Amino acid sequence: MTTAVLFRQVSRHFGPVRAVDAVDLDIAEGEFFGMLGPSGSGKTTCLRLIAGFEQPSAGHIEIFGETAEGVPPYRRNVNTVFQDYALFPHLNVLDNVAYGLMVRKVPRAERHARAEEALAMVKLAGYGARRPAALSGGQRQRVALARALVNRPRVLLLDEPLGALDLKLREQMQEELKALQQSLGITFVFVTHDQGEALSMADRVAVFNEGRIVQVGTPQQIYDRPRTRFVADFVGSSNVLPPALTRALGGPEAWASLRPEALRLTAPGAGRVSGTVAGLRYLGAATRIGVAVEGATLAALLPAGRPAPTPGEAVGLDWDPAALHPMEAG
Amino acid sequence: MAAPAALAAPRPGLAARTADALWRRPGLTLFLMLTPPMLWLGIVYLGSLFALLLQSFFSIDEFSGLIVRELTLKTYGELLRPANFDIIIRTVTMAAAVTVAAAILAFPIAYFAARYARGRWKALFYLGVMLPLWSSYLVKVYAWKLILAKEGILTYILDGLGLMPVLELLLSVPVIGGTSLSVSYIGTFLVFLYVWLPFMILPMQAALERVPASLIEASGDLGATPGQALATVILPLALPGVVAGSIFTFSLTLGDYIIPQIVGSSRLFIGQAVYAHQGTAGNIPLAAAFTVVPIVIMGVYLWMAKRQGAFDAL
Repeated sequence: MTTAVLFRQVSRHFGPVRAVDAVDLDIAEGEFFGMLGPSGSGKTTCLRLIAGFEQPSAGHIEIFGETAEGVPPYRRNVNTVFQDYALFPHLNVLDNVAYGLMVRKVPRAERHARAEEALAMVKLAGYGARRPAALSGGQRQRVALARALVNRPRVLLLDEPLGALDLKLREQMQEELKALQQSLGITFVFVTHDQGEALSMADRVAVFNEGRIVQVGTPQQIYDRPRTRFVADFVGSSNVLPPALTRALGGPEAWASLRPEALRLTAPGAGRVSGTVAGLRYLGAATRIGVAVEGATLAALLPAGRPAPTPGEAVGLDWDPAALHPMEAG
Repeated sequence: MAAPAALAAPRPGLAARTADALWRRPGLTLFLMLTPPMLWLGIVYLGSLFALLLQSFFSIDEFSGLIVRELTLKTYGELLRPANFDIIIRTVTMAAAVTVAAAILAFPIAYFAARYARGRWKALFYLGVMLPLWSSYLVKVYAWKLILAKEGILTYILDGLGLMPVLELLLSVPVIGGTSLSVSYIGTFLVFLYVWLPFMILPMQAALERVPASLIEASGDLGATPGQALATVILPLALPGVVAGSIFTFSLTLGDYIIPQIVGSSRLFIGQAVYAHQGTAGNIPLAAAFTVVPIVIMGVYLWMAKRQGAFDAL
């Protein structure tokens, strides 16, 4: 399998700030790759390093086997969908989409035909004459996507692609992006702080924290087997157990993750551990129940429709022993 | 214990009651705020402009030298006489040259200030651009006369650098040359350029500052070289600022009568012609007609700029 993007010990420092710190990365051709992390974790800087807007302070970057350091953005066959879409306000939608072809001197008739095609691909056929200002947020996003894809890039970068959209539209676009990526076979790299988005769209996810990659893996690996406390907490807000508590709950003496949905409520004494209900948070599809156990509070997810306990009630908790996942200390 | 009132009682005093009353009538507030400036603008400014316009349709009796208060286009006809028309052509050419040169000179400065200068450098930029505006315009123009004079510092420096032949070659160019820079059109041009440059830099910088950095990145990302990004994204988006700046430099040059009086050949510019006709010559109608010329030119200029889409990005 060809490697589309390769980072070796790549760092990007802004003065004393290590925005990206000795990152190794291998993104395969045709992969839908997610970069997940809180703001300031270095994921966007990594994306900008691939696009060429930033140059590494140290390390080596290759794009399809070619050294990328010192290559300006306009000579990279990589296109970006910007977080704010960055549509040109003085051009209509068709000219926005055809911009990349225009600067490469593609004849007018051909570039307009290809731009129309790209607009049809993102379901905006017939919108060419409008100004970006006359479009909704979701439509602008599609134009930005068409504008990038019309250049047939080897790698498409998406910076928080769905961040500005409302929930319903976001879910719809997630599916469309996934379908588009599969039909085009282009390598997609996207940045998000939304773990749900990363898990649902990506083939593989890299979790970033403080300029470093903490874990790379498939969404299942990341979710089921978080490598560190940070990953367990950031992805799916798991119960992160200190070593003593893990031991008390029947595990090894190590930090461990126990997913709230792996916990089942039982009658007091019937489960592996007993406690009292400390609080309830209604989430719609489920209720998140805090249970005070062994001096800590464990979150358990109770699917909707089950009778919910009341605060102060004594309950038991049971789980599959395999769900208790020990982690590295980091 | 009684809970505090959810709606507080009106506060005592005239000021508080006036504030309440104005809050309920936003239209009245707007009316009170706008009336004084509108009266000023309407009566003093537009009124005098209208009076001027009216004067330009009067004519002067050539024998008695008295103003004939009958509407006629005769005075405008006089503008087309070769002596007068030359003045118009000379002034418009100078204004256009000053505007183009100011735009070329201002762009890198404004671009640096908008995109790169931060904190201390930005303060230095504003100071550097504004400082010349704080000193008297006359002092600056006379200073330039001394700089450009035949025995002036510029000649001295060029002589020291062995560049006198270049200066002599420049001064030997017909029309724009002369015996020294201070009595040539080149000299007038340089002083105009210096004096009006801040009025080009500031609006340009404001316009460039409003171009989001992501748009410039996007153009590069889509394959545009820096030159293409400049031509297809930065300039079109900064155009309103360039137009605003050029309105300043163009109209200020069109109307100025002091700079060509002090520095340059003795040939008249529009401002000087107006000054001469309304003063010593007593030909108010012709002075008014001359004044209408810059107004018409600016109107045509703005109309063309709009047609070219200069304001589309606003």
